[in-house]
Amino acid sequence: MENFIYSMIIAATPLLLAAIGELVAERSGVLNLGVEGMMLMGAVVAFAVANSTGSTPLAILAGAGAGAGMALIFSVIALSLLANQAATGLALTIFGIGASGLIGQSFVGIALEPLAKLSIPFLTESTAVGRILLGHDPMVYMALALAAGVAWFLYNTRGGLALRAVGDNHDSGHALGYNVIAIRYMATLFGGACAGLGGAYLSLAYTPMWAENMTAGRGWIALALVVFATWRPLRLVAGAYLFAAVTQLQFYGQDWGLPIASQFLAMAPYVATILALVIISRDVNLTKANAPACIGKPFRAER
Amino acid sequence: MIVLEPRPQPSRALALLSPVIAIVLTLIAGGILIALMGRPPLEALRIYFFQPFEEFWMWLTLPTGEREMWLYTPSEVIVKAIPLALIGSGLAVCFRANVWNIGAAGQYTMGAIISGWVALSAPEGASGIWLVPYLIAGVLGGMLWAAIPALLRVRFNANEILVSLMLTYVAALLLDWLVRGPFKDPLGFGFPESKEFQPGFIMPVLVDGTRLHLGVALAVIAAVALWVMMGRTMKGFEVRVIGAAPRAGAFAGFSRDRTIWFVMLLSGGLAGLAGAVEISATVQQLQPQINAEYGFVAIIVAFLGRLNPIGALFGAVILAVSYIGGENAQIMLKLPKAVTGIFQGMLLFFLLGCDTLIRFRIRLARPRVG
Amino acid sequence: MAGQTTSETRPETPLFEARGIVKKFGEFAANQDVGLVIQPGEKHALLGENGAGKSTLVKMMYGVMQPTSGKFFWNGTETVVHKPAEARDMGIGMVFQHFSVFDALTVVENIALALAPEPMRALSQRIEQVSESYGLAIDPRRAVHTLSVGEKQRVEIIRCLLQNPKLLIMDEPTSVLTPQETEVLFETLEKLAAEGCSILYISHKLEEVKALCDAATILRHGHVVAHCDPKAETARSMAEMMVGNEIAWVEKAASTTPGPVRLRVSHLNLPAASEFGVTLKDLSLEVCGGEVVGIAGVAGEGQSELMEALTGEMLATRAETIHIDDVPMGRANPTQRRIAGAAFVPEERNGHAAVGELTLSENIILSHHTAEGIANRSWIDFGKAADWAKRVREAFDVRSGSDNPIAGSLSGGNLQKFVVGREILREPGVLVVSQPTWGVDAGAASVIRRALIDLAGRGTAVLVISQDLEEIFSICDKIAVIHHGQLSKEHPAAEMTAEKVGLLMGGAHPEASEIPVEEIA
Repeated sequence: MENFIYSMIIAATPLLLAAIGELVAERSGVLNLGVEGMMLMGAVVAFAVANSTGSTPLAILAGAGAGAGMALIFSVIALSLLANQAATGLALTIFGIGASGLIGQSFVGIALEPLAKLSIPFLTESTAVGRILLGHDPMVYMALALAAGVAWFLYNTRGGLALRAVGDNHDSGHALGYNVIAIRYMATLFGGACAGLGGAYLSLAYTPMWAENMTAGRGWIALALVVFATWRPLRLVAGAYLFAAVTQLQFYGQDWGLPIASQFLAMAPYVATILALVIISRDVNLTKANAPACIGKPFRAER
Repeated sequence: MIVLEPRPQPSRALALLSPVIAIVLTLIAGGILIALMGRPPLEALRIYFFQPFEEFWMWLTLPTGEREMWLYTPSEVIVKAIPLALIGSGLAVCFRANVWNIGAAGQYTMGAIISGWVALSAPEGASGIWLVPYLIAGVLGGMLWAAIPALLRVRFNANEILVSLMLTYVAALLLDWLVRGPFKDPLGFGFPESKEFQPGFIMPVLVDGTRLHLGVALAVIAAVALWVMMGRTMKGFEVRVIGAAPRAGAFAGFSRDRTIWFVMLLSGGLAGLAGAVEISATVQQLQPQINAEYGFVAIIVAFLGRLNPIGALFGAVILAVSYIGGENAQIMLKLPKAVTGIFQGMLLFFLLGCDTLIRFRIRLARPRVG
Repeated sequence: MAGQTTSETRPETPLFEARGIVKKFGEFAANQDVGLVIQPGEKHALLGENGAGKSTLVKMMYGVMQPTSGKFFWNGTETVVHKPAEARDMGIGMVFQHFSVFDALTVVENIALALAPEPMRALSQRIEQVSESYGLAIDPRRAVHTLSVGEKQRVEIIRCLLQNPKLLIMDEPTSVLTPQETEVLFETLEKLAAEGCSILYISHKLEEVKALCDAATILRHGHVVAHCDPKAETARSMAEMMVGNEIAWVEKAASTTPGPVRLRVSHLNLPAASEFGVTLKDLSLEVCGGEVVGIAGVAGEGQSELMEALTGEMLATRAETIHIDDVPMGRANPTQRRIAGAAFVPEERNGHAAVGELTLSENIILSHHTAEGIANRSWIDFGKAADWAKRVREAFDVRSGSDNPIAGSLSGGNLQKFVVGREILREPGVLVVSQPTWGVDAGAASVIRRALIDLAGRGTAVLVISQDLEEIFSICDKIAVIHHGQLSKEHPAAEMTAEKVGLLMGGAHPEASEIPVEEIA
């Protein structure tokens, strides 16, 4: 059980990172379906940098940068050129899968040192709680700090208020003098950077290696997580851990002697995502009350 | 900064030109990419986009590892385009209704599974007439898989993009389990594959000396039928209105729920058919990898065809060219397969960007000064 | 220019002046050589019909847009307003017609967005102070989506007042208020003007302007056509300056005996679709052939829900709740109701009554496909649709750039004439129309109202749902008022006054068929 919780926390981290970024983007009114592509680019670039320079911080930064770069492409096409956001996000995913496959070609099969894990003398080793909570690599804590930071930003700062306002009614925001497009650019780039971090975590810490398509749908699950959390950061954390728990069934199911073929256990996260979406979406009032009213709608300022 | 001025009417000229402009831009960007990778760009572009239309001898490596000489003909472009066209024309209709069936790959897989089950259960000496229930089973399999996101959207308002996508992973895992388990060929030397289908289940070839098979007729018939439906019938009109303005659809007495069911089952059925057709025309057995990614590429096909079923035929040809060109470039120039994916993604980006020109004029303006 | 103001003779510098303002959108000139002078403490009206260029001018004054050419002067000094924050710093406040409020946020948060950063607690207190001293009651902690329309406007006004404006611009403020709420607003504005704040009051409601304002500038098609003193003019004379010629004053002739009841709603109960909707409660009404019945009410009292129940977009629980020509139709869908002879024009012409991306002839198909035989067993007869479109365009003078343009390229007035004409030419037995002339220029409005009256004259039962009281009074035989999903009894128009209607709009007991005697003016 101890191992289960420990690995659940690790599994939740890439989901949490990608989802918190997408949450910010969606709160500003932008629906970016390219999370899977951005995560893959983050993963491959972070791996490449870690492999070439040996510097983990640089690799993490590069991963975030790659995600943000992809988000920039999305922003130009969907925000400045007013293309359909759903289609642009899909294009980003297809492009990201291809581009990451290309870049990652020369890195397949190379193994890296996984990220160093935290180790507080005495505390980490001796207690169960210590082993579960205090023995992780820095990115696990970064993800939680990021979630907390986003929650604080959205609800306690002027910038967060403006961002939420723009997602609720971009015409009003514009009439009051806020630069809707600039705010959405920043939110989308942040979302991209976070997705990149999520991907970087996969290739640097989770399975410290690169394989094509290694996100295996986590980007899509992150999107579902945002809906499931009704766009609230703290619920998102809870949701990410819940999903991670379900994902872990795949590995622990066989240990626990469940007589189910491994493929069916592997289906668990995807089926769970569908169920979660059904549970949340069926309450029309819940979605209407919490979904940013302008999500996915293009905005053009009259001049 | 970029300033967009709306046009009073969408520009018809640009509606036709924008795919062309997008293709040209993709060629240019792709050429630059290839040059950066240290390969001759013009030569590479020729291999990608023009060689598929020529006839030539090439070495083909069989699954057994042997190599043999094989005459490549341009009909291969059509053969490759068939599944893309089948799925793409269905998606074109589905997207027009503003229903985003992104899980066509999963529906393709289920179509292959259900039709494969029919083929594997057929009695000894089954004749060609069995092809009919085989193909119908493919359609039903795809419809079944598309019915899930349709139901969940209509009953629970669950986003069909995410549901249909999750189901692609489920379908792939199901196929994996089947070919390693219940469907596994006992004589297959331990390879994860099903028994080979009997000869009755092979798609009949239409032109001797090529691999051009019956599927092309199916694809063309489907595209034309859908085009007529969209342009001339009430069903097509309903799809267009629900997609453009759901409230106006309600005002007109159209049922949004029924439209969602209709377009999902339609596109799912065609994707399932594509799965059945492909297996029957190429490997005649089920394996873990059955090219289900056609279901994703078909999304680009649909957009390239401007969400028009006939346009999807042309879009399918263009993307088929990029596939074949990619394979050739892999062999001849050692360009990695992933480059094809990049080309396809870039094409969609440029297409979306160019589509803006249809609705807006673009001006560059200085930021607001007094 | 006719009727010059006295500002020419006053010695003080005007608070605000616009000279030679031009604004072009592509080819279209929304403002041409516009001049405007506002004195300190003056209540200045900006008049003009829909599309005259009033909103465009004030948006430029507020920094939302920049003029193509021309100058603004503030206290005699030439200024450029780059953005709304600058306008606010100068002392200009603006209350928008389509409120720029954020439904998902609270009142405090809404107001904070327009001001320089300050702690929420302090801001809350300031809000309460201002709201008390100006009689605009509001609770700062409420989420805006729970507020009524009138309350949302108060949020807008308080937002402006907190910045101590010297010029307050109000864009069509009373189009969403009951007559009683309008009185409260006027008291607030008088108090502000007395304190030295100037008001720029944009409206097309001439009686109000006469009651409130000291000076007026009149725009027509983007030009200034007159400056005048509203107190010296009549509503009619100002209307003529606005429109430019003898307007066809539309008034219903004294009604003849009405025919049989053609539309009957009996005790309609319809729960709201979501917590943001309005539940219809025990709603009953009757419309006879040959009469025009109007339903008045401010926005959001259940008009949309009632419309959907009548069109068939929402089905009632029992078929007997709605009768069309004595046939129970409560559970019938829109197509069936059209076959039974009913026709509908919903409130929203963009995206509900018509699809912007489709051509006019395709838009005909929306309501005509089965009822008028345009589609024969699934095949669409595009020729028939085109003929219909041509007939509607000719009969209702729908002006467009080409023969069969897409609906989105038409101006508001022309598209509205089309969607109304599309239904009237079907010669239906029952016509239900919501907001028939909203956002439409006076010429088109006049055509539409005339057509509705004439249709009733031919025996149709016409039901008009409208937020425009002047319109209701000018074309309706009977008036009922909707409030919180309940409908008052229908009263003959001759017995009703704006005050009585206002009381009902504000929630006086809807069942009372006797209005207290002391209310009669």
